[in-house]
Amino acid sequence: MATVETRVEIINKYGLHARPAMQLVETANRFSSKIELSNGTLAVDAKSIMSVMRLAGTKGTILIISADGADAQEAADAIVALVNDGFGEMDEG
Amino acid sequence: MKLADVIIGEAIVPELNSKTRDEAIEELIESLATNGVLPKKLAPLAQKAVLEREQQATTGIGRGIALPHAKLKGIRKPIGTIGRSSQGIDFSALDGKPVFSVILLLSSPDNPDEHLQAMEVIFRHVQRDMFRKFLRQADTKEAMTDLINEADELG
Repeated sequence: MATVETRVEIINKYGLHARPAMQLVETANRFSSKIELSNGTLAVDAKSIMSVMRLAGTKGTILIISADGADAQEAADAIVALVNDGFGEMDEG
Repeated sequence: MKLADVIIGEAIVPELNSKTRDEAIEELIESLATNGVLPKKLAPLAQKAVLEREQQATTGIGRGIALPHAKLKGIRKPIGTIGRSSQGIDFSALDGKPVFSVILLLSSPDNPDEHLQAMEVIFRHVQRDMFRKFLRQADTKEAMTDLINEADELG
């Protein structure tokens, strides 16, 4: 068991709107670890779509990822990769 | 930003006539246009944009809630409305269940942060079991507007 905490900056223009929020939740749900996301003000369960939609992180927001469990590192890495990829939106204006 | 700033009370539809997803979206866009909030000439564009977004990925996020939305040129600030379906509408929701509260949101493409603020205030309230329950039960514009104002007061 491991606890991993890491941070990543939101880089896509529209930030954590509905579509990226769903991708993030989908990604989190692939892992068995408990995963929490925070925007500095609010911490939510990364596996709950209604909760993640509340984060509404704008471009520039630092997301804090905390994962606890057997696959905590993979979980954190996967979420970081998704955010660093701009949720696939970096080609959009 | 408050829920009452985003949700246009006069445009609330307390009982949708529509039985399908696309019709419900059209009915809500129509309501925004009829109430003078959305320029009539933008209505067909709004319909197209919202449906395109809906087809990419369902906005039926579960627990009876759907958030069809789009960014549209000509919109200055986020405008939204709520439609209630007592029978439930199939939105291909993530939990496989019908949608009873359809929250339509149209935002400006030039202000991503405002769109996120609108999303945040909507989900802050929609996440609460009691709010969703009362939203589903409220069967008049006044009841739904009261609910929204109370929610804003609670914070």
